[in-house]
Amino acid sequence: MPDGSPFSVMHSIRIKGCETTIACAEGQKVLMAMEQKIHFPNPRPVRVGCRKGGCGACRVKVTKGAYTAEKSSHSHVTPEEAAEGYALACRITPLSDLEIEPAFLGPRRPTEKNE
Amino acid sequence: MSQEGLLRPGIIQLRVLDMDEAITHYRDRIGLDYVSTEEDGRVYLKAFDEFHRHSVVLREADSAGIDFFAFKADGQEAVDGFRKRIEDYGVAVEDVAAGEMPGTGKRIGFTIPSGHRIEIYADMELSETAPETHNPYIYKDEPRGMRAQRLDHCLLYGPNLPEVEKFFTEVLDFHIPERVDLPDGTLAIWMTVSNKAHDIAFVNHPEPGKLHHVAFFLEDWNDIGHAADVMTRYDISRDLGPTRHGITRGQTIYFFDPSGNRNEVFCGGYTAYKDHPTRIWDGNHVGRGIFYYERQLNDAFLSVVT
Ligand code: FES
Repeated sequence: MPDGSPFSVMHSIRIKGCETTIACAEGQKVLMAMEQKIHFPNPRPVRVGCRKGGCGACRVKVTKGAYTAEKSSHSHVTPEEAAEGYALACRITPLSDLEIEPAFLGPRRPTEKNE
Repeated sequence: MSQEGLLRPGIIQLRVLDMDEAITHYRDRIGLDYVSTEEDGRVYLKAFDEFHRHSVVLREADSAGIDFFAFKADGQEAVDGFRKRIEDYGVAVEDVAAGEMPGTGKRIGFTIPSGHRIEIYADMELSETAPETHNPYIYKDEPRGMRAQRLDHCLLYGPNLPEVEKFFTEVLDFHIPERVDLPDGTLAIWMTVSNKAHDIAFVNHPEPGKLHHVAFFLEDWNDIGHAADVMTRYDISRDLGPTRHGITRGQTIYFFDPSGNRNEVFCGGYTAYKDHPTRIWDGNHVGRGIFYYERQLNDAFLSVVT
């Protein structure tokens, strides 16, 4: 399984609003590449949920570049939206360098105080 | 037997994006037994320690989520009684003919104010692989995967929580062992019709009809650890845990099926009796209520649903 090792073909992913450029291997999912590169305590520019294309947490819009997308829930990306470049980051892998922007739709978590 | 009316959760029908991946997940990883695939494509499964024909039904669709959650009643008379009470309450009831699911009697279905479909039925065949009842061994074949013993409960997300609570307590005879009340209203309720800490739970959420998770019961904390080992071995997407819930006190892992439906493996939990007072959490402590060790919610808890 491609895991971003030096032998894989690498592409760079730029996420709008995020200074870190992410290296993603061809065959690797964009979301997993982001998770490897950006983690606590740094906020992740794209949300992580099911990592399986079902929940919509990682919804993005690809504004530049080519990619392939695996099957995912139509309730988060309709076929029309997919044609406009919307995708779930956990279901896409790059074929070239990509520019993406977060496009999460669901309700945000209400602010709350923890003890 | 003093428990009358509804007995327990009996069936969940889930939508999955890819049936083959879903079967591998629910059969080989969670450890359910495969029962059948029917002509309409639905796949039926059951846990090894369940007596009846099936408990988990998978339907391939374009979006993940829950079709319905069904409770088993102690007889057709009870189902008819609930039908009358539900209709008198002003909720439309739909009939589902016997045999719509193999080995299953007629069911009634209705939509509750959170947008979910709930069903009630009385009859289902016993499984050919049901647990033994005469000088029984603890299992016939040793359990696979995460060794799920039964379908346990589900947590649903949707609007109109006060109406949902009223309906479940006044019409379906549930009681409420635990709840989270925020200054602007109830965030969540845990309800039971038995004396498990919960048979069904709801969290207030703007979109109707959503699934947060479906839970499978494991024997103990050791099996929770074993389930975590299985998740790493097969690269299953883990949400949170192993940890404990302050609410229900159950020990738990949240993880995802290949379609993005959240699953839980759950063990323990206190025994809830109808005459026990409700435990109440407020917004400042709900983190500890949901994840007792982390003492805070993770980002996905309130936003990731199917
Ligand atoms: S993380 Fe759930 S759809 Fe990508």
